[in-house]
Order: sequence, then C-alpha cells, then structure tokens
Amino acid sequence: MNGALLEVAAISVTFDGFKAINRLSFSIGPAELRAIIGPNGAGKTTFMDIVTGKTKPDEGQVLWGEVSRNLIGMNEARIARAGIGRKFQRPTVFEDQTVFANLLMALKNTRAPLAVLFYTPKRRDVARVEDLAGEIGLAEQIRRKAGELSHGQKQWLEIGMLLAQDPKLLLVDEPAAGMTLGEREHTADLLREAAKTRAVVVVEHDMEFVRRLDCKVTVFHEGSVLAEGSLDHVTRNQDVIDVYLGR
Amino acid sequence: MRTLFRTTPSLPVFLAVLVVFTLGVTVLSEAYGIGALSTSFIKTLGKTACLALVAIAMDLVWGYTGILSLGHFAFFGLGGYMIGMWLMYARTELIVLDSLAAAPLPPTPGEISDAIAGQIFGVVGAADLPMVWMFAHSFWAQMALVVLVPGLLALVFGWLAFRSRVTGVYLSILTQAMTLALSLYLFQNDSGLRGNNGLSGLQNLPGADAIPQATVSIWFFWASALALLLTYVVAAFVVSGTFGSVIRGIRDDEARVRFLGYPVEGFKLFVFVLTAVIAALGGALYYPQAGIINPAEIAPIASIYLAVWVAIGGRGRLYGAVIGACVVSLLSTWFTGGQAPDLPLGFYTVKWVDWWQVGLGFSFVLVTLFAPKGLGGLVDLVSHRLSPNRHGAALGPDTGALREKEAEQ
Repeated sequence: MNGALLEVAAISVTFDGFKAINRLSFSIGPAELRAIIGPNGAGKTTFMDIVTGKTKPDEGQVLWGEVSRNLIGMNEARIARAGIGRKFQRPTVFEDQTVFANLLMALKNTRAPLAVLFYTPKRRDVARVEDLAGEIGLAEQIRRKAGELSHGQKQWLEIGMLLAQDPKLLLVDEPAAGMTLGEREHTADLLREAAKTRAVVVVEHDMEFVRRLDCKVTVFHEGSVLAEGSLDHVTRNQDVIDVYLGR
Repeated sequence: MRTLFRTTPSLPVFLAVLVVFTLGVTVLSEAYGIGALSTSFIKTLGKTACLALVAIAMDLVWGYTGILSLGHFAFFGLGGYMIGMWLMYARTELIVLDSLAAAPLPPTPGEISDAIAGQIFGVVGAADLPMVWMFAHSFWAQMALVVLVPGLLALVFGWLAFRSRVTGVYLSILTQAMTLALSLYLFQNDSGLRGNNGLSGLQNLPGADAIPQATVSIWFFWASALALLLTYVVAAFVVSGTFGSVIRGIRDDEARVRFLGYPVEGFKLFVFVLTAVIAALGGALYYPQAGIINPAEIAPIASIYLAVWVAIGGRGRLYGAVIGACVVSLLSTWFTGGQAPDLPLGFYTVKWVDWWQVGLGFSFVLVTLFAPKGLGGLVDLVSHRLSPNRHGAALGPDTGALREKEAEQ
C-alpha cells in the first residue's frame, strides 16, 4: 500500500516449534485508528512485540515511515525513538514516582544519558506536562505518586505517557481491561482523539469497546490475518464467526 | 544549588550535621583542641567517613538503579593501591636518598632506582621495579590513575555485562567473580604489588616526618569529611531530576524505560562507572589512614558488607547509606576491638569478638524481612512520609487496583 506508515510484510516467528505468527501482513496509514481482535493465542501480543523490537521474527520485514526503514534488528529504545509508542496490557507506570515525573520522563526530549543528567525542564515542558495531565483527567493528581492512583487512572496515565512521547504510531494492548463503564468511555474518547493526528492500533477483546472506537477492524487468527473491514463487515464473515464469535 | 536544596530536603540537614560534627571532632582532637579524642579514634572517624562515601556510591548503583553490584570494593581497593604506590615510592625514595647521601660519590639515577626497588620489593624476593610502577614517582600521575584504572575496569566490565543484558543475581555473581579474580591476582607475588604483603607504611606522608600523626590524622579527617560532602552533593544532583527518574525507572521496570526510548544500557554504564570512580576516590582517602592495604581488603566479603550497610541503613535514600555505613562500621570497630564487655549467660559467655558477625548477620536478615526501609525508614516516622496503605482486597480485577481500605479514605 502506498503512503503506509507501518508495513509489516509476511513475518513469521516460531517459539519451540509453535508458529506464533505465520506469514502475517499488516499495514496502517499515518492518521488511522485500527482495532485488532482475535481469540487468545492469535498472535496479537507477539505482533506488537515484533514491531517494537522485543521479539525478532524468523522472516519477513517491518518497514517504517516515509523512507520505509527496516525496523528488524533495531533495539527497543531506538524503535521507540523512531516514533513507535507502546502501552502494555497491565498498566506499567512508575509507581514510586509522581504523575508529573512519569509524564516528564516520557516527554519527547533528549534521551542520551549525559544530556538527561544536565537537563532541566523548560517552562514549555512543564506546561506541556500540565496540559497532558488535564487531557487524561489527572490534573488534580499531578503531585501524587502513581502508585496511589486507581487502576483506571493508571491506564490513563500510561496513555498520557504515550502521548507525551509524541509517537507517530501508538500500539495499545487491551486498554479497557478492568475499567468501569465511565472509564471506558473516557478511554475510547482519548484514543479516537489521538488517532486524529497519528496512527493508533488497539488490541482489544471487548466487542462493545471496539464498537465504540468506530474504526476499521483486523481479525487475527493463528498468527495471520483472517479478515479486515468494518466491525459489521467482519462480524458477518463466516470464518470469523466460526473461529471467534461463534464460540 | 538552590534547586538541589529543594529537591533533596535531606541535603541541608546533612550539611549542618556534618559541619557541626567536623567542628566538634576538631575541638576534641589532640592537634587542634583539648585532646579528648585519641589519634587512632580520629583515624577511625576519618575512615568511617570514607566508608560512608562508598556506601553512597553503592546506594546509587543498587538502591537507585537496581544493579546489585557486589564488587564495588574492588574499585575502592584499586583506588587505595594507586595512591599507596605513590606514598610508598616517594617515602622510600627519600629514605634511600638520605642513606646514599653519606656515600663518597653522588649516586646515579640508576643506583637510586635500584635501591628503591630493593627496598620495596625485597619482601617478595624481587629487585626490579615492575612496569606498573612506571608512574609511581609522580603524585599527579598516580592521582590520575586513582580515577582511570578503576574507571576503565568498570567501563569494560559494565559494557560487557550490560550489553549482554545480564541482570539480577547473575550480574551480582559476575561482580563477585570480578573482585575475587582481582584479589587472587594481587595475592600473587609477581603481580607487581607485593603480593599478600600489600603496601604498607601509608600513614607516613613523604617529607612530612616532622608533622605528628595527631595532626596528619585530623587533616585526613577533614579531607574525608569534605569528600563525603561533595559525594553527597553529586549523588543528590544525579538522583534528582529526570536522570534520577530514569534510573529509578530502570530499577522498577527496565523494559518499560526501554519502550520510552531511553538507552537503558548507557544509563546503567554511566552510573556504574561514576560510582566506581567515587569508590576509588574513597579508597584513595581511606588507605592512607588505615596505613596498609593488601589483597584481603578486596576479598568478595568486603563488597557484601557494603551491601549489608546500605540495606541496614535503608536503600534508595542517600542519608540511609551514610547512616548504615557509620552505624555498622563503628559498631563493628567497637565489638571487634575488644572494648565491648562480654555477656555472661551462666552456661556460656558471649565474646563479642566471635559473636559480632553472627549478630550482624541476624540483624541483616531481620531488617530485610521486617524493616525493608532500614534505619533510614525511622526518618519517615518523623517526616510523615508514609507509603500508601495497600492492604485489603483489591477492588478491581488487576494488580494495582485500588484496595478496599484505600478507597474508604
């Protein structure tokens, strides 16, 4: 596809003889929201691991950006600096530090050790962090330690940290897990808003949440793409009904 | 500096305590005061300040960055060796020149060098000055080596270990292996550093024979206190701000920091080398006060003690490391020095010289199990910096969800 931000071409990976990803191809444009659904073991998380450099595929290519740079072989930190942000299933924020420190650390800025040592936050950095805290609804908690936040608030903080990184592509793993209904609505809004300026890929089990995202859906099954299209389109697909929804 | 005072509330308190303590010791010293404290006790205090300094380094690398290095005493010892070489060479040179001055002909440089080598290496049956003593005649060159040799060792070791992503207990074992290998190497007579004899007579400053030890000891005490203060300031600077956030992030969740785009290995290497250099400078101040350094000083157990001090004092807080090092090493001096009264139990008399180690081991276990914040945690009781109460059943389905009691508050 022309003008794709991320193009994953025919990747495969095998763990101890088990083919976790089998000639999977996937691509997403620069400002697009996409949901990935699929049963357990379909390879959703492994797919994210490959794109972010945590797992090396046995074959295939991961091409990134306008110049189609190959991401395979780059380490996690370099891929993150290239503009791919990732949110894990379990909220992973730095619990011992304040909301402010968490966001400031994530803020798109210098990453080299010596430069970080002598870095002092500028006024616009502080303002940006405060804006972000407002956006994710944590303006009042900004001086509290992240460990004191509720589960939903931690999820938002992590989304806020991703936004602070200002990535071109956001990979989000099950953002709505364990959230209350109101929290889900807020999360869906945050993601839809983020997708206006960047690509966002959401892995989610919860159909209701996917419907709320109102976007193109890709169905994974046994390590490859089974179907792609609007939610209504894929839920009418007989293959999808057989492997996933029919159960 | 003003920002440091704001981000590190303990800094002004520490500064004040250290200044008052130093003045107090000076007033009580033999050289500049009423003489209530013996010279050997002042040396003990000066040495303790050096140990507190290296404990801060350990706290940086373990308490803040989460790298449980059990090899930092290797860097401490190397620093001591580097300064010891100059002290020994320069003093021997003076003695040799003195004795040769009586000879009818003025000595050639070769004769002087041979005589020095004979003096220093007679004990290990060698007569030539080994290559490693190349710069021993120059104070500044050896001072540079105090920083360079441990710094380079830490750089190479850390680069290899961190690049292969060795973490946790495996890294601890590697660091133990490093310090063990170094001490075994130095035990050999042909290592060029006098084998198990080590370097001795380091308390005698070259050309300062006229100055009594009472005065020298207080000078070293001042230097040690100043070095401790500077280390505290440097460490406070490193752990405050975003750098501190990143290294604590590495301690708590290394992978997450990577996904934020930070080169984790670079940060670890920086902290590892920085703390190695701090430890080396501590050693360079410690051993002239101890008077002797030998390979037993960098045996694996020494680095483990260092971890014990930091754990007992409370890791992850700079003053915790200082408190731990001071309390444990001073108590250790008291108990093993034979001053502690025996404890008669009727059927058995506890001699502290033998039982102190057991007591220290027990207190380490107890602190780890029941007071993970260590002695420094007592400060929280005063400053009301309490951790959130996270007991009670989780309200949400995932770990980290609000707990019942927390939600009621």
